[in-house]
Amino acid sequence: MTKSQGLSAERALALDYTTEIERIAGKLRHALTHDLNRRGLVVAISGGIDSSVSAALAVRAVGPKRVYGLLLPERVSSPQSTHRGRMLAEHLGIEYEIFDIAPALEALGCYARIDEVCKAVHPGYGAGWKNKIVLEGGLEGRYNHFKLVAQDPTGKIHEARLEYRQYLMIVAATNFKQRVRKTMDYFHADRLNYAVVGTPNRLEYDQGFFVKNGDGSADVKPIAHLYKTQVYAMARHMMLPEEICNAIPTTDTYSLAQGQDEFYFGLPYAQMDLALWAYEQGRETSELASALGISEEAAQAVYADIEAKRRATKYLGGAPILMGNPSSGS
Amino acid sequence: MSVAERVRQYILENFLFSTDTSLLGQDESFLGRGLVDSTGMLEVLLFLEETFGIKVADHEMVPDNLDSVNRIAAFVERKKG
Repeated sequence: MTKSQGLSAERALALDYTTEIERIAGKLRHALTHDLNRRGLVVAISGGIDSSVSAALAVRAVGPKRVYGLLLPERVSSPQSTHRGRMLAEHLGIEYEIFDIAPALEALGCYARIDEVCKAVHPGYGAGWKNKIVLEGGLEGRYNHFKLVAQDPTGKIHEARLEYRQYLMIVAATNFKQRVRKTMDYFHADRLNYAVVGTPNRLEYDQGFFVKNGDGSADVKPIAHLYKTQVYAMARHMMLPEEICNAIPTTDTYSLAQGQDEFYFGLPYAQMDLALWAYEQGRETSELASALGISEEAAQAVYADIEAKRRATKYLGGAPILMGNPSSGS
Repeated sequence: MSVAERVRQYILENFLFSTDTSLLGQDESFLGRGLVDSTGMLEVLLFLEETFGIKVADHEMVPDNLDSVNRIAAFVERKKG
């Protein structure tokens, strides 16, 4: 691609999906046989595009009888997510179960701790209120930080910046959700002698948008190299149900509807895909600015934010840091 | 103790687990050193607000104000002044 052509997501993210699907399926089979010695795959199905394509790839690899689907809703999960998850499992013809993790989260104090923070930030917070956290700053050249957005029962929105201890508490409590889900994934993987499929796409994997020992934990990650745009295209290529192919990416983690862009990425996924691609290819910020219709200064902030998130989350995917070499003789 | 000295002592003790002032220059960039990420900056803000009684607005959360001991000291002095 030459600079004069400009950046085009269509060209940059083009992929031969038939070939890629078969390649991934082959690698999954190889991993099960030679690396993991397991007989099938467990996939937690959220109703979103990433887990849907991951489950479909698992079925392509080992067939529907060797894939076990888990739908793990909790108190604030959208009923639409469970509806789409069930639709996918039935479309793929896999065995699945729906297990409500809300009682476990309640017992762990997840909801009480989130409510404590919400009450501290918005003193009127109580029954009938909803909440979410929203990322701000990085794309405007400021330090990234989170705001707590709460909606009272009349529909009025209240916003305030989370201070250090509040931010840590709400994230720590919310992370219970991904970690309890992963506990269920591995329970079923252990009882079936299956491996666990992780479902991050490239944006999530690269930018650290996952919980350590939660959704970041898995034995195989079949779409971690694919941009979100490509995941959507693969879903259509695999002829997954239309409702799933059109699912809008949300975190489905807070009681107020929350897009992944406002929670973490700052830009809608299609723009973020192109930004990450351009960054990886060493393209000038002026090219990205032109493609996205933003200022060059804003494009520079996007690149800086990509680097900052990589730095801040590098440890999430790494092995524990050892203080010596356990393989050495001494 | 000056604002700069208190900030430097705080960064040394909380981020470098040391009191050795040779480990952190007054003008060294926290970002450049990889010392203070965005979560760490929230911790620094809390320290500044609790120690110096200032309130940092969202638009003031920029490296120009906060990315070295001297930048923070100057920022705090402006806010207090």
